[in-house]
Amino acid sequence: MSTTTDSKISIQLEDFSVTDEIEAMKKVSRNIGGITTFLGTGRELSKGQNISQLNFEHYPKMAEKKLAEIREKAIKDFGIIDMSIIHRIGPIEIGENIVLIVATGEHRKETFVACEWAIAELKRTTPIWKRETTSTGEVWVQDTP
Amino acid sequence: MITLKYFANLKTIAEKEEERLDIKNPITVDQLSDIISKTTPKMGEMIREKKILISVNEEMASVDTIIHDGDEVAFLPPFSGGTK
Repeated sequence: MSTTTDSKISIQLEDFSVTDEIEAMKKVSRNIGGITTFLGTGRELSKGQNISQLNFEHYPKMAEKKLAEIREKAIKDFGIIDMSIIHRIGPIEIGENIVLIVATGEHRKETFVACEWAIAELKRTTPIWKRETTSTGEVWVQDTP
Repeated sequence: MITLKYFANLKTIAEKEEERLDIKNPITVDQLSDIISKTTPKMGEMIREKKILISVNEEMASVDTIIHDGDEVAFLPPFSGGTK
């Protein structure tokens, strides 16, 4: 299953290639002089417990809508050239890719700021939930640091 | 008829992912919360303690938001997407 509302926004089961995504974004403009990426990956240790697997669930349509809003606001407010956001759902193994944000701009400064803002905003406003499987069972993660 | 959707741990608490509810007239989110509380007290408690966000037709709602026939209401626990 793959749900896409915009070519720059994707919530998908499948893994993605960071290189391919960056190359695709470089083609947007010849004025790109800086690219900042944030890549979130599956971490083994959480609150002192070993995690064997992660599982992400989302609210279809609303989650895509929120990611599209984040992208549009980032472009408008930070003066970047473009942004793409990919978030995986379903089972994720330790070390696998979870989320990728690519921010492109004429200069590096605005892309750093936009990228950091976008991941924080994603966590704050996008209906995506993480379930961790440990040796003691499964738990839905509800903190948003 | 309105559609109610439950996500993440709320599916376990409500013991369902989705349900339909007949409403004769438009009601507020607050009034819907009262109805839910009667069938699932734990859900009502979490709503009162603001541990659950509620959306109507994919937009975040407040207690005063009006729900009309055909609307989709979702009960959303705190989000945890992305990574730390």
